[in-house]
Amino acid sequence: MEPLQIAPGIYSVGVRDWTIRDFHGYSTDLGTTYNAFLIVDEQVALIDSVKAEFADELLAHIARVIDPRRIDLVVSNHTELDHAGGLARVMHRIGEEKPLYCSKMGAKNLARHFPRKWNYRAVGTGEELRLGRRTLRFLETRMIHWPDSMFTYVVEDGILFSSDGFGQHYAGPETFDDETGERILPHAKKYFANILLPYTGLIEKLLQQVEALRLDIRMICPDHGVLWRKDPGRILEAYRTWCRQEPGRRAVIVYDTMWHSTEKMAAAIHEGIAAEGVSCRPMHLRAFHRSEIVTEIFDARAVVVGSPTLNNGLFPTVADFLCYLKGLKPQNKIGAAFGSYGWSGEAVRLIEEELERMKIPRIQEGLRVPFVPEGETLEACRAFGRAIGRAVVESTAVPA
Amino acid sequence: MSEPHEIYQCQTVNCGCLYDPSRGDRRGKVAKGTRFEELPETWCCPVCGAGKRMFRPLTGPGSVKDEEGFVES
Ligand SMILES: [Fe+2]
Ligand SMILES: [Fe+2]
Repeated sequence: MEPLQIAPGIYSVGVRDWTIRDFHGYSTDLGTTYNAFLIVDEQVALIDSVKAEFADELLAHIARVIDPRRIDLVVSNHTELDHAGGLARVMHRIGEEKPLYCSKMGAKNLARHFPRKWNYRAVGTGEELRLGRRTLRFLETRMIHWPDSMFTYVVEDGILFSSDGFGQHYAGPETFDDETGERILPHAKKYFANILLPYTGLIEKLLQQVEALRLDIRMICPDHGVLWRKDPGRILEAYRTWCRQEPGRRAVIVYDTMWHSTEKMAAAIHEGIAAEGVSCRPMHLRAFHRSEIVTEIFDARAVVVGSPTLNNGLFPTVADFLCYLKGLKPQNKIGAAFGSYGWSGEAVRLIEEELERMKIPRIQEGLRVPFVPEGETLEACRAFGRAIGRAVVESTAVPA
Repeated sequence: MSEPHEIYQCQTVNCGCLYDPSRGDRRGKVAKGTRFEELPETWCCPVCGAGKRMFRPLTGPGSVKDEEGFVES
């Protein structure tokens, strides 16, 4: 792809990864992009790098604008290898002695990834770097989502290079939000729900901080997906809303099944929930990727988890899912557990213990059915679902 | 090894870094045997950079368990 000029003298030189389908356990059905930016001023700056295997492609893009050796300095907003992996190759090409601007934690963490002693220049919030006509201003965003994370703002152009913030795992022909329209938002939401969810408290503070700085933000350029050019306020507003984690009048049934018994329970529970006017989706753990399920849960009030008992324990996919969900620390949820079992039936209790660790209050005691549910037990499942539906209705606003 | 009430943990979400006085903080130039209370106010979390205020002891007064009203066993 041709490098694209996104503002006078500022180029998008990153790469599209069309074929990646699993981004460290996050499903990327359309691939993703690793964005990087070149600012050509009296000093030439490269903002961020790409995944290691794309480093040559990045350098080729840069070469169409300027000889890479003319890059005077690099800014690394984030140490994670999808953005820093290419640095080894880049620094080798442009000159290992060139200054590398990053946060204090960035210098520490980069040193733990790359043995070469680079010329690190640690910068903190508010520090500025003059390139010539333009000024870079740095803003540390610690733990959003790594200790080293920071934003870089181009004062004169009003461009915020926001690293993973406001990003989306999406690779398409488009470069800007005005080209995708609203259909990019679900991708941004999935990213938020799966990567940024544990940090909503910190993100709220960051958004307030940005507001207080009264930055004139004309464009937000994340390191994944499309750039917010038409309406950067749209994604800022979406983040403000998402940080509140206000659940909708929805429920999600997450389950796995061995001989369709827990599945039959899921179907009957679904019927009960839907009968109370609550929108609900049953999600089989081997049909839906865990990151899709989390995105669905992000909008829901109730998380209903079902597992058969296998060898006195949880079904492995259910354990995997609960482990993943727990790490994301979802707020404002209520939950319930169910499952079919043969003789011991520990799974339901184990789910309840996990929900308790997540501080997700239990709507009602878990429902266990020995072997195959039928007649009366299916009726119990429907009643179980109705109770969940009522609990959701009572604790959520009427959908708009 | 120090006692749990002498070990302090960073409360920044998903950080969880431990300050163990018996180990000190080599990179932060803090000698072994320095109690948490003796750390300078400018000391910060070696993992996430948070200030001293973000740390709580693992057990005892001021610990997270203590504030949540858990009964210590
Ligand atoms: Fe990242
Ligand atoms: Fe990333």
